[in-house]
This record gives sequence, structure tokens and C-alpha cells, in this order.
Amino acid sequence: MLRDLTFGQYYPTTSFVHKLDPRTKLLLLIAYITAVFVAGNFYGLAASLLFLLIAVAFSAVPLWSVLKSVKSILFLVLFTFLLNLFFYAKKEGDTTLFWVITKEGLISALFLASRLILLVMGSSVLTLTTTPVSLTDGIESLLKPLSYIKFPVHELALIMSIALRFIPTLAEETDRIIRAQKARGGDFDSGNVFKRLKALIPILIPLLVGAFRRADELGNAMDARCYSGSKNRTKYKKLKFTFRDLIAALFTAALIAGVILLNNGAI
Amino acid sequence: MQIVAEKLNFVYNKKTKFSVKALDEVSLTIEEGDFFGIIGHTGSGKSTFIQHLNALVPVQEGILKVGEYDLSSTAKKDKKALKKLRSKVGMVFQYPEYQLFEDTVFKDVAFGYSNFFPEATKEEKSKAVCEALRLVGLDPEEYAERSPFELSGGQKRRVAIAGVIVTRPEILVLDEPVAGLDPKGKRELMKLLHLLHEKECKTIIIVSHDMDEVAENCNKVAVFSEGKIVRMGTPKDVFSDAEEIKRLRLDMPLTGYLGQTLRENGFSFDFDLTEEDFIKKLQEIKRG
Amino acid sequence: MQAISFENVSYSYKQADAEYVRNAVDGVTLDIEEGKFIALLGANGSGKSTLAKLINGLLLPVSGEVKVFGKPTVGDDQNGLFEIRRRVGMVFQNPDNQQIASIVEDDIAFGPENIGIDREEIGRRIDRALKVTDMEAFRYSQVSRLSGGQKQRIAIAGALALEPDILILDESTSMLDPKGRKEVMEVARSLNREKGMTVINITHYMDEAAEADEIYLLKEGKLVKSGTPDEVFSDTATIRECGLELPRPAMLAEKLKAAGIISNVKITSKEELAEEICKSLRKN
Repeated sequence: MLRDLTFGQYYPTTSFVHKLDPRTKLLLLIAYITAVFVAGNFYGLAASLLFLLIAVAFSAVPLWSVLKSVKSILFLVLFTFLLNLFFYAKKEGDTTLFWVITKEGLISALFLASRLILLVMGSSVLTLTTTPVSLTDGIESLLKPLSYIKFPVHELALIMSIALRFIPTLAEETDRIIRAQKARGGDFDSGNVFKRLKALIPILIPLLVGAFRRADELGNAMDARCYSGSKNRTKYKKLKFTFRDLIAALFTAALIAGVILLNNGAI
Repeated sequence: MQIVAEKLNFVYNKKTKFSVKALDEVSLTIEEGDFFGIIGHTGSGKSTFIQHLNALVPVQEGILKVGEYDLSSTAKKDKKALKKLRSKVGMVFQYPEYQLFEDTVFKDVAFGYSNFFPEATKEEKSKAVCEALRLVGLDPEEYAERSPFELSGGQKRRVAIAGVIVTRPEILVLDEPVAGLDPKGKRELMKLLHLLHEKECKTIIIVSHDMDEVAENCNKVAVFSEGKIVRMGTPKDVFSDAEEIKRLRLDMPLTGYLGQTLRENGFSFDFDLTEEDFIKKLQEIKRG
Repeated sequence: MQAISFENVSYSYKQADAEYVRNAVDGVTLDIEEGKFIALLGANGSGKSTLAKLINGLLLPVSGEVKVFGKPTVGDDQNGLFEIRRRVGMVFQNPDNQQIASIVEDDIAFGPENIGIDREEIGRRIDRALKVTDMEAFRYSQVSRLSGGQKQRIAIAGALALEPDILILDESTSMLDPKGRKEVMEVARSLNREKGMTVINITHYMDEAAEADEIYLLKEGKLVKSGTPDEVFSDTATIRECGLELPRPAMLAEKLKAAGIISNVKITSKEELAEEICKSLRKN
């Protein structure tokens, strides 16, 4: 249902990975992405895959859910694969399989496609095990140092959390408006692109008007509860690193080290 | 047009772990000319049911006939028939003023008309729109060219209703039509609905939380609870069992409460739950 | 002590095209005593919501003076204004447009976070606010999954976390079903009775108004009548002029009197009405 959008892809259960601090998960994802990019050969990617599989195993999320995330970008993967396959810059000594396709080109295309798949799967482990709300908290906390150079960290986090809060509300409203206009004979799924875009006006305008009305009311509600920006503000929720986070960090460090060693052919 | 539903079942999110049974073997008949009230708590299935009536929610299981249209089979495939059905069954959602979008009242009211009758001439359209505005008590001369967004809440709601009745539906369904209005606005809107019932829409169906409103205005009532129809009949029948009404966590209309209290005090008399009939019957007793 | 006092207060919204400027609130003078349960009535557009926003300084009077516990709402005294907002909790009409955070406890924490309360104390305040509003079971729930009545109770809890002395319900029950309406009114009543909180209920429901200690009646920005429900509802003409109506039992009582069935019309509750009819029938 539409209202489940707030939870994004979140897979509600408790696990080692679920319980990690969102900041840890964000940082580890960055490390993992770096590893996938640094990996220069299939061994490096295999190490990353192994890491990913272990993470999935410790997250209690079915592997299928993680694989599903690839489905949505399958087209992109295929596109990347074909592009690399056909436009591989042929070098001296490459073995041609047929037409412009070379063995090296095929390998390179496979490599890039695998890299893409690994990246998407990694990110989906984060979103499957972390609610958007706690992700927002994590991002706010990680960006905190930037507030010293006058970067509006608090405001940014507030905007994100209000957006998250209102996604289900607006989704429901969109649904309602669509039904109402359909009842008045509105037709949203026939005709050419131009016609369809035009047909969206009866949905978009009420939605926009509604959003302004809501913003106005929310502003009043925030003022009434003494909102005055980040000045002298305290925070109820405090993120805490635990022993768990340390283990996860060490484990990721091992991955990076492994990939670098594999790149240099040391193993 | 008569509405006949037989054993309608509906499940949201079928085959997932979030599945919710919204309608459970719902059978009812709404006759042409009824002013039909639907009551029940939020989540009792009323809103799913009324959206079945113009195929906004498809029939999953069971039979639903609206006039000559059989929604259980044909409506889904035949777009033309579906459009015709929707022009005959007008649907006014809760807070319909939040669906206004055009820059003039005229254009907004015309939206439905143009969708349903794309071949109509300009004159026909203009005539239909002006008539719809007049029906809801807004003078077209004064309001047609104004922006709907600068009107008062009550006026906006009238414009929205005009936008639905502009196609002359035979059945008009309204989900909590008076919600959020002040007492005067409520009174005037109910008056308008009666006017429409007399002049235009043969059948009116309202979803309401106000038992007095239902007792006063509807000739028939259905009570929904957990997807089922648990009581149905005239207001008098439906509210005859005070214990049952209490068990369903519904309020008793004032006249129903008074009748029941009077009976408990040894005065037995029989009346429709309208205030008019209540007063009449009391006068009869008083005269002896 | 006077919780709220208005002295000849006027307010008008600035019109961009300045075609007509009518005072939304027009020369209102009133005193509301601490601990009272007040109903503020008036048709749509009569200035009720504007009046409510003047109380907690969301709007500042164009002329006249608004005082909350003796302190005037003045724009250039930011700290004073925040203290007034802390003491005057406000719940608005639309249950969907008041929560800032997605999770219930985070949302209730928003107010105390704003005024710099420390973490442990915020936790305690959340406990208390949830208890009073009977929403303890929903502490970790998603706001969007709650019913309308539950959302409004969370809005009340959010205001309570600032430990206010006055609670304003600005048509907070108008979008709720009867069940939600009962839940919210029960919470408001118990806050008034048990904690002595001053409650101002802006409403279109006359049965809610009939239960208040005092009623204030607004028409076109002006205060046209105030008094106990009995006093106000006995002035049928003024009620009608304001676009309002009597509570249902009183309305029916009037008709019954006109029809010669009962003679007493000073009736506000259905029990009184039933008794009156019985009495009259027994005389036969």
C-alpha cells in the first residue's frame, strides 16, 4: 500500500545489522562502495560479494529481498553491459569472438555489470535494515561538523524528516484526488504522452494547493510548539556506538585490506 | 436505477501478509428514489462499498448491478460502458472542495461534463454548467467566472457538488457531505440534498456519522460493521434495538432515545424517527 | 487569577489588493479565569481561529492588548513570546498537519527539544504526556498509521510535553468521527478537572459547548455574547443570528413547546427533555 512508503524498503526484524548504529552502517556502506570501486579484478569483486553475503546473513533479511533491488535497475545493468560489450576499445592482441565483440570486451562488460549489481545490493542492505527516520538521524549526526562552517545541518535534517513524515499523507491524498477526478470522468491512462501529461493537471493542482495549505498549518503547529531554529535546541534521541559497531568496522576494514591485496596480486 | 448487490466480498492487498477484508458477503438493494443512509465506524467497509458503485473499486467476488450495468463482469473491460456508468452514478468524496483545480468555477464544473460528453457543443456545455450551479444555489452570473479558491468553504463545497451533478447522474453518492461545516452550512447543505432529490437525482446515498441526520433524512439505512451489513431497514427498524445499537458502539438518534425512554415509562406509541412524526404522534397522545 | 485577558483587541489580515479590509477580530474585550472550560462559538469566518492565534502570540494584535497570566503578547519580546507559547498549548483542526516527526515519541519530543530541555527530562515528559492522553501503547508507532482521534491525542500530548497551563482546541474535533471526538473530549475534560488546566474549545458542536463552564459567542469578529451555556442558549435569537443553532435537545424542545406538548424550554440535555415530555404526558 501507498502508506508503506515511509518505511521505504525497510524489512522489520531484529538482527545484528539492524541493531548497528545508522552512522556505522552509512560509513560502512561508503567503505564497501570504495572497495567495490577499488577492486581491479574479479577476485576483488568476489571478496566484496562474500562480504555482502555475510552481511546479508547477519541481517536476517532473505537474500531474495536483496536480489529484488537489482530487478529495478536490471535495464540499467543490461544497458551498461551492452554498451561496454559493443564499444570496447579494441587493443592490440585482443581475441575477437565475432564481429566487434572481443573476449576482453566481454570480460570488461561483465566486470562493470557485476560492479553495478554489487553496489545496488550493498545499498539495499542499508535501506532494508535501517528505517528512513534513523537514516536521517544518522546523516544529521555525521554532517554535524559541517555546522561549524555554517552549513544548515539541523534545517536539512528537519526538512528530511518532515518530508518523510508527509510522504504517506500526501500519497494518500494523491490517491483520493485521483479517485475523485476519475469519478468525474478523468482519464489518466490513455492517449499520447502530451495528453497524459495534460491529464495530470487535475491531480497536480489540488495536490499543490493542498501541500501549501498543509505547510501553512504545519508552520503554525511548529510555532505553537516554540520552534525557533537550532538555537539552544536539545536532542532527545542520541545515537550510541556499541561493541557491535566496532566488530562491523573491523570486518569492513578486513574487506578493504583484502581487496587491495588482491589487486596487487599478493594473494 | 436500482442497485443490487449480492454477496460482495472485497479484500485489500490480496495474497499478501497485509491483506484486510473490507467487505464480507455484503448484500443489499437500493431502490430508485431512496434517500439511503450508510452508517458505521471508520474502517467498517462503507467507503469501499460506495466506491464499488461506480467501479472505482472493482468487484472481486459477488454480484453488483447498477441499473442495467453489471459491474461484476463487463465494466472492467468496456471503457465506454464504464464512462456511461460514471456519468450516471455521481460520487462526491469527503471534503470535495480539496479537488477543485481550475482557475474559474465554470471550468471546474465543466471538467466532468467535457469528459463524459466530449461531443457536446459549447452551448450545451454552458447550459449544463449554469444549470448545475443554479441547482446548488450559486448564481452563475455571479460565480461562473470567479476563482473557486477565493470562495468560502461552504461555497467551494457547492461548486464541487455542481461539478458532479453537471452530468445529471441518476444516483448521487456523498461521503460525509456536511463534514467540517458550521451548523448553518450543514443545515443548508442538507436542504440542498433534498432539493436535488426532488428535482434531479432520483437516488441519494449518504455516508454519515450523525445518527440524527440519518434518522431525519433517510428512508432507509444500512449499518456496516467489520465489512458486514449488520442491520438494514427504515431508521425506525434499525434503531429499534437500543441494546444492539449500544453494542455496535453507535449513538442513538435523539428521537429514538426519547421514544425508548417514553416506552420505558409506560407510554407506548409508534413513530418514524423524524422530528415531524414524533411531534405529530405526541400530539395525538396528548389529545387522547 | 486571569489566565487570559483581551482589552479592546482588533486584528485584520492584510489584503494584497486591499479591496476590503474587515477586522477578523474586532474590538474584543474578555477575561478568562484560570481553570475554566470555555467554549468559543461562531460560524465559519467569525474570527474564532484568529482569536485563538492571538492568545499564544502566533498573531499579534493590531490594536489593543492581549495578556496571558498578566504578560502581554508583544513582538519585540521574543523570550516572553516563547514563554507564552509554552504556557498555551494549541491543537489545530487537521489531524494530519501537526506532527513533525514520523514516530510518535520523536514528535512529542519536538516541543521540549525546542526549549532546550535535557534528554532525561524529555523522556519523563513523554511518559507523562502519553499516559494522560492514554496513548502509551503507541509510543513507537508511526504517526501516519494512527486514526484521526489518536493523531489529535498525540497533538495534545505534544502540547502537554511543554507543560502548558492553557490548552486551546481549535476545531480539533471537527474532522474526527464520533469515536475520535469522544476520545479527544474525554482527554480535554480530564485535563481540566484533574489538572485544573484552562481549556478553550473552539467548536461547531453544540453538545460540546453545552458542557462548557462558559460560552463566548463571536460574530463577524465581535464578541456578541458570553455566559453560562444556560444563559447563552436561552438567547435563541442571537444564536440564530450567529449562524449557529441550539443543541439538538433544546432545538427539539422549542418545537415541542410550539406544538403545545411541553411548556418548559430551558432544556439542554436529552435526559431533561425526556423527563419533561413524560411529565407533560402524565398530566393527561
